[in-house]
Amino acid sequence: MSPHVEVRKTYKLYIGGKFPRSESGRSYAVHAAPSRAGRPGSFLANAAAGSRKDARDAVVAARGAFPTWAGATAYNRGQVLYRVAEVMQGRAAQFADEVAAAEGLTPARARATVEAAIDRWVWYAGWSDKLAQILGGLNPVAGPYFDISAPEPTGVVAVLAPQRSSLLGLVSVVAPVVVSGNTAVVVASQDRPLPAVTLTECLATSDVPGGVVNVITGRTAEIAPWLASHRDVNAIDLAGAAGADGVVWGDLEGAAAENLKRVLRPAGNGAEAVEPDWTATPDLSRMTAFLETKTVWHPKGR
Amino acid sequence: MTVLDTAVDPAAGSTEDPAARARDLLGVSRLTDTSLTRWLHALPGVDQVGAEARAASLGTRSIKTTSKAWAIDLAISMIDLTTLEGADTPGKVRGLATRALTPDPADLTTPSPAAVCVYGDMVPFAREVLGHSGVRIAAVATAFPSGRASMPVKLADTRDAVAAGADEIDMVIDRGAFLAGHYRQVFDEIAAVKAACRRPDGTSARLKVIMETGELVTYDNVRRASWLSMLAGGDFIKTSTGKISPAATLPVTLIMLEAVRDWREVTGQQLGVKPAGGIRTSKDAIKFLVAVNEVAGPEWLDNHWFRFGASSLLNDLILQRQRLAIGAYSGSDYVPDDAPSLY
Amino acid sequence: MPTFDYAPAPESRAVVNLQPSYGLFINGEFVDGSGTAFKTINPATEESLAEVAEATTDDVDRAVKAARAAYRGVWGRMSGADRGKYLFRIARIMQERSRELAVLETLDNGKPIKESRDVDVPLAAAHFFYHAGWADKLGYAALGPDPRPLGVVGQVIPWNFPLLMLAWKIAPALACGNTVVLKPAETTPLTALLFAQICQQADLPPGVVNIVTGAGPTGQAIVDHPGIDKIAFTGSTGVGKMIARSIAGTRKRATLELGGKAANIVFDDAPLDQTIEGIVNGIFFNQGQVCCAGSRLLVQESIADDVERRLKRRLATLRVGDPMDKNTDVGAINSRRQLDRITELSAAGEAEGATRWDTDCPLPKNGFWFRPTVFTGVSQSHRIAQEEIFGPVLSVLTFRTPAEAVAKANNTPYGLSAGVWTEKGSRILWMADQLRAGVVWANTFNQFDPTSPFGGYKESGYGREGGRHGLEAYVQTGGVA
Repeated sequence: MSPHVEVRKTYKLYIGGKFPRSESGRSYAVHAAPSRAGRPGSFLANAAAGSRKDARDAVVAARGAFPTWAGATAYNRGQVLYRVAEVMQGRAAQFADEVAAAEGLTPARARATVEAAIDRWVWYAGWSDKLAQILGGLNPVAGPYFDISAPEPTGVVAVLAPQRSSLLGLVSVVAPVVVSGNTAVVVASQDRPLPAVTLTECLATSDVPGGVVNVITGRTAEIAPWLASHRDVNAIDLAGAAGADGVVWGDLEGAAAENLKRVLRPAGNGAEAVEPDWTATPDLSRMTAFLETKTVWHPKGR
Repeated sequence: MTVLDTAVDPAAGSTEDPAARARDLLGVSRLTDTSLTRWLHALPGVDQVGAEARAASLGTRSIKTTSKAWAIDLAISMIDLTTLEGADTPGKVRGLATRALTPDPADLTTPSPAAVCVYGDMVPFAREVLGHSGVRIAAVATAFPSGRASMPVKLADTRDAVAAGADEIDMVIDRGAFLAGHYRQVFDEIAAVKAACRRPDGTSARLKVIMETGELVTYDNVRRASWLSMLAGGDFIKTSTGKISPAATLPVTLIMLEAVRDWREVTGQQLGVKPAGGIRTSKDAIKFLVAVNEVAGPEWLDNHWFRFGASSLLNDLILQRQRLAIGAYSGSDYVPDDAPSLY
Repeated sequence: MPTFDYAPAPESRAVVNLQPSYGLFINGEFVDGSGTAFKTINPATEESLAEVAEATTDDVDRAVKAARAAYRGVWGRMSGADRGKYLFRIARIMQERSRELAVLETLDNGKPIKESRDVDVPLAAAHFFYHAGWADKLGYAALGPDPRPLGVVGQVIPWNFPLLMLAWKIAPALACGNTVVLKPAETTPLTALLFAQICQQADLPPGVVNIVTGAGPTGQAIVDHPGIDKIAFTGSTGVGKMIARSIAGTRKRATLELGGKAANIVFDDAPLDQTIEGIVNGIFFNQGQVCCAGSRLLVQESIADDVERRLKRRLATLRVGDPMDKNTDVGAINSRRQLDRITELSAAGEAEGATRWDTDCPLPKNGFWFRPTVFTGVSQSHRIAQEEIFGPVLSVLTFRTPAEAVAKANNTPYGLSAGVWTEKGSRILWMADQLRAGVVWANTFNQFDPTSPFGGYKESGYGREGGRHGLEAYVQTGGVA
């Protein structure tokens, strides 16, 4: 028998629940991480080189999906996101191969990373119907009023995914954004985008409404400024500015000031940006960064 | 709001036939509990907290110097000087009526109260003293204060007081019937008492309808009872008997002032308001006058349209009047009191 | 017809002991400023009240250094319980000197004495009481593990609620263990300077609170100072954006409480009399110079005429004039500049075809005044429906269905507050969910409380002030960043 000739996957963008190529028609070659010895990594695939117009379309999709996703019950969002973890588990082997290639990990380390990513997703999914109880509550005002505060999603959040941690880092920034009802436009790791594309395939097959998560692959420095300055984007996570060629996170934050986006700065001191250790146990901060507090008053009378 | 949009021929403001006017206002062929309920419950709701906040803010007006002097005299002229006790005697009533004629013997420029308010059987003794002085006589009737008697008894009570010379009748509504939703019954009773206020010469005693707001409890009820009372032909809407607490609070009076204001817009007819019970100080009285001025409007700043049902209020108003006149604080020894406590 | 004219009932200004000139409050004492001193005036009369020092970049540097030293040496290491006791002291002294604070606020700001007396000053004291209690309980505030202060906080506050905004800023900062450099607005510095004296009376350690007076450049110097760890600003969205740009790429944090264009939405089943009060309070409280003012009245079309008639009747009873008169409902506009802005936008409203109505009441000859004004026939595309006027000018629009009301209410870059008036409970809750605003007042308006977080969505800024949520802006938690 002749050996099976592999059917290769085309790695495309994920916008509004669909898998388009870049409107620019461009792609770029993605290679495996260099070997320890420093030999260049092998060719893996051609990924779509997303453009500012792809980002624009993704924002439209995210804005369109926001009312329904934010308006879904927290229980429903939790169920849908847990389903994502189920589908990820089914694809664990594929993720492990892609992460190993992208990050140059041993198969065992790659498997552990994928497992951590799946567990991270489950951890965040469980927060959907608990956030309001932890972060909201009754305010005992000095008057005959019922006064209650509760968290609400900020809106459309642009996310620069971490450059190095292609799956665990990605999950660690996307899940906290969408669990509370935000919708996301994610710029995948520039050089390690393939696990992100596979994640979109999990999202597309797990009841996550189209447009809730949109993923653009391509050059971070090309796409990020358009998202940072986009007036219909409510917030931006600059995690992926760390280690991104040609990206100065302060410039992005400055552009974000034009419509007072909520900005989650990259880790690090001063102007430097470092990618944190994503294996560390998370806290609420990546969720609270993209939440608004709404306070409602009503008189109490007969 | 449908109620206020109802176009009405001003001629329908006549209270000759309250039922006919009511049918016209409601746009119905029969006046029933159902049609009255539909109409009364279409009135805008009252938010308790907002209403009380508004009343409190009116209460923060600072009325000083000439305005205060003017307001004190106005308040005195609006008092229904009241004694409604089981222990009332001809002597007590004569004393009160005398006081009404000369509220402050030391200052004859002091205006007289609008009326004295007594039980029906005491009317003749008040009339002995008041004659045609212009100080009117108001009599409570209709099994005051509870209103728990049969209709024939209530009507006889009313006719008796009118016949004895009462200028004004202060009736009580059947709060039980109101709270049970028997609006037609409440309407009929008011209309019947109104008819009983008629004198042989064709004139009528003015009818004040006491809603006993302390038993209605909610402002929504106060508003509905106000409109029902006005619809049935009351000339005044009045808060309380003085026998139930709370009686005349500022927020309750505010709701009633809004009612007469809006009623006039609908019908063209101006009606009066009488808070009664619990208003004891000049400061309180002035707060009510501010509310009259700013809520109903200055047209109501006249004792034909606004009264205080009170017994001890007059004493404090006189004290404050003396304070303004002499530039020093006065004391109760300088204020004649014809209604001291028996106990 | 008799008239019930309320004779003048002026509050006495004898309680206030104005100095001819004021210095900067740095490191616990008043010192000369290096800039050009400027006058602060009474906007109701245009009389000069006092001369106030201008802080230069050097002065701001001195203040930041004093704050840093106090943070390192005393305040940052003091127990929460002791910090709390200082805040309790301040709260008490504010109550003791409440009359003085109220009169001074009215003189410098132009707001009616009844508002400074009944709202600004009591609420300011309440903020200190509330936060005093938090100082030793931050570990229970669900802020994250190991809440710690940020360091030195730069605070820039507006002229519309000078003392109250100071309290909103200083009380939580101090409770959490930070020290502050605060700049009051250049037109209303006096109560902040009196507050400095209160800090002295309370024996607050020197440098914990520093007050630097001046205009925009002084504020910019605070924002730009490298020794500042966090900026807290209340003011215009334009300046808020400048601050956000200034600190971009640094590790300075910011909370911004900015402009608004709140919709006050009235349904046909609203409690009408209270609604009218809510509309009036919503736009004429503090002459409409309130970021959360209900400046866009959205009325269900079926009752629009009735509401308009009732509203105008009510406005005729508003008493406009001497802010020191206890019966004044609407006082002076804070400055010539603000008056010009209100005048210009109102003229634009007329020019664009909206129907203008005002109370036609007499206005004092001197000072800055604007009559309560209502524009009807306004549409979303009018400037007066889009731009924050920050004055006693109400724009009336209509809607037909709840969904349309929501769409119009949210159709703005702002998202600070909103009002909903209906007796239907489920509609209130649905509306509250739909409105993209930080504070939703249902069947009430312009309510504030130290326990209740306040702040906006979208271009109305970020962060919350007040309540447990307000503490988040003044602590860091978890591992060292």
